[in-house]
Amino acid sequence: MKPASRSHRVASALVVIFLVLVRVSPALCAAAAPDEGKLVHVADTRHLTGFSLFIANLYNTDRLLFTIFAIGLTAALGLALGLLMDAIVAAIGLDLGRRRVRE
Amino acid sequence: MLDVFTITLPISGVPINVLLLVLLGVAVGVLGGFFGMGGAWMVTPVLNIFGFPMPFAVGTDLCHMAGKSIISTRRHAKFGNVDAKLGLTMLAFDVVGIEIGARLVMFLERVGLAGPVIRWVYVVFLFLIGMLVFYDYFKKRALDREGGTAHGEESAVRWHVTLHRINLPPIISFPVAQVRCSMWLPALVGLLVGMLAGFLGIGGGLLMMPALVYLIGCPTYVAVGTDLFTVMLSGFYGAFTYGLKGRVELLAVIIMLLGAAPGAQIGTIATKYVRGYGIRLMFGLTVVCAMISVVLKQLGFTTPASWFVMGGVSAMTLIVVVGMVRGAARELRARRQAVV
Repeated sequence: MKPASRSHRVASALVVIFLVLVRVSPALCAAAAPDEGKLVHVADTRHLTGFSLFIANLYNTDRLLFTIFAIGLTAALGLALGLLMDAIVAAIGLDLGRRRVRE
Repeated sequence: MLDVFTITLPISGVPINVLLLVLLGVAVGVLGGFFGMGGAWMVTPVLNIFGFPMPFAVGTDLCHMAGKSIISTRRHAKFGNVDAKLGLTMLAFDVVGIEIGARLVMFLERVGLAGPVIRWVYVVFLFLIGMLVFYDYFKKRALDREGGTAHGEESAVRWHVTLHRINLPPIISFPVAQVRCSMWLPALVGLLVGMLAGFLGIGGGLLMMPALVYLIGCPTYVAVGTDLFTVMLSGFYGAFTYGLKGRVELLAVIIMLLGAAPGAQIGTIATKYVRGYGIRLMFGLTVVCAMISVVLKQLGFTTPASWFVMGGVSAMTLIVVVGMVRGAARELRARRQAVV
């Protein structure tokens, strides 16, 4: 592999990370009510069981881990459900590989 | 009877009917996959009606948007509708624009004018976009009746042809979008879209899609796919920052995703059976729906505005689902006949 192409890839990855970090911030700033955003929220676990209790405990104990878990689960679920739906649609017999472009 | 489906969400403590969340997921999945939008303008007010405090509504929406966009972007990528190079080029300048827009908002906030000015600018732009889409649609129909567009082109509004004459180097090819132009064109368009998105405080899909079509010259399908690609990246960052702030209701995200998965497939596959101009027309109607809701909100009718959004979203979802089912039935019938 040429060093130039590797550095190009690293630079691209850094740019993408930077862009993603900055992309939605104004939307978030505008959407989040500042006063509510500063409040520390604690989940009430008294009546929870099973997965709900697990989520609430994770939320209360480690916010960073909760965030990573939420993102990982969302991505994995999105991917898994996408693959599942692909299989279902393919089983129905629809062609998902080709399309005719018609404006 | 439906009370058996009501659960209490573990973090916010909001009681919610699971069926409602699944249906909302389906609707947003369908429209997001069909139009290439995150759909924050639809989901946030509806979650708010369901009882979510606003920060939880936004955070939950952004997290769900990321998962849903993976499904739609994957499907659009398989159809060859995602121009990642174009998306990233625009995104690079989009963020600069967003910062400018956000600073303008801060200035307006200091002088006490932010709320009304932003809402009315939003209304004006939604009105202009809606009118542009309708003008383009009806002009195209008139040209088709007369025997096709003058240059055999897909689009009746041809601003991109003029903009492609800008020869400022570097000239870049975007093969998926079939566009070759100065890099500064998508850069400038990204900057302007970003400024507006930053100023209006929205994700930007509502603005990016028409910008890709009318200013860059993308085919409608590529505009939808490329827009979704950027929405996916935005959604993940949104999920991250709101997760850290503790404003993501993860169980609601999971439930909504269960509805959004089939919805996103339906919406994306529906683009296969609907002409690009059909998508543009429905996009125009959706924009008008959003505009009326903002006007209602500005006039103080917050609850009717949210119900109006729900009604519009439901109607549009139904139209897309019917279009997809009819198109799929046609395809399957044709295939059976070919076998016989």
